[in-house]
Amino acid sequence: MKVTIKYFASLRELMGESSRIINIDEKSSVDDIWQLLKDSKQVEFDNVMATVNMEYVKNNKVLKEGDEVAFFPPVTGG
Amino acid sequence: MLIEIRKEPFNAYKEIEIYENNLDITGKYGATASFIGSMRDFNEGREVEKMFLEYYPKMTEKTLNEISAIAKKKYDLIEMLLLHRVGNISIGDHIVLVSVWAAHRKEAFEGCRFIMEELKSSAPFWKKEKTSIGENWVEKNTSDV
Repeated sequence: MKVTIKYFASLRELMGESSRIINIDEKSSVDDIWQLLKDSKQVEFDNVMATVNMEYVKNNKVLKEGDEVAFFPPVTGG
Repeated sequence: MLIEIRKEPFNAYKEIEIYENNLDITGKYGATASFIGSMRDFNEGREVEKMFLEYYPKMTEKTLNEISAIAKKKYDLIEMLLLHRVGNISIGDHIVLVSVWAAHRKEAFEGCRFIMEELKSSAPFWKKEKTSIGENWVEKNTSDV
């Protein structure tokens, strides 16, 4: 199934892209695909935050077809 | 309630005046509390020359709306104005404005503080600073100070 991946800020620069669509296995979790994505780029990144369809989620959140998954560092607005 | 992401500089004091003048709540509120965040020329011991503020379009607005809705209910706020800059920021620019109108000062102070603290911890914005030694992403917000 397909999901859209987005990266922001320092993580976007580290991954070298802001967005892409990937194919993942059924019942993959946010953490499953984060491990795959960071291993594919051979990057280490502590304190990654994740959202699915613009909602903060836990790492074990199971994804479904068409989800928008965003990874980014801790927020620093205000 | 007005919540906006601004790509151009704004003057927070004028925004408050314009917004309040257009409200039809005269006599309904007795307290207005505002917080204005401005860009400093220093951070963690380094001189900062300029800054870039990135955000997550749609999610940032959604998060700000959710925070404001919770605050409105929790603190019985009558009105609120929330503006936040993105893009290239210069020293002295107003970055964020939170203004709330309530019947009494306790709700106004606490509601304004609540919105700012929630914004700082959950609204998807990221600061990148340019200093004399190069550019760097700000890694964490100062907490509760």
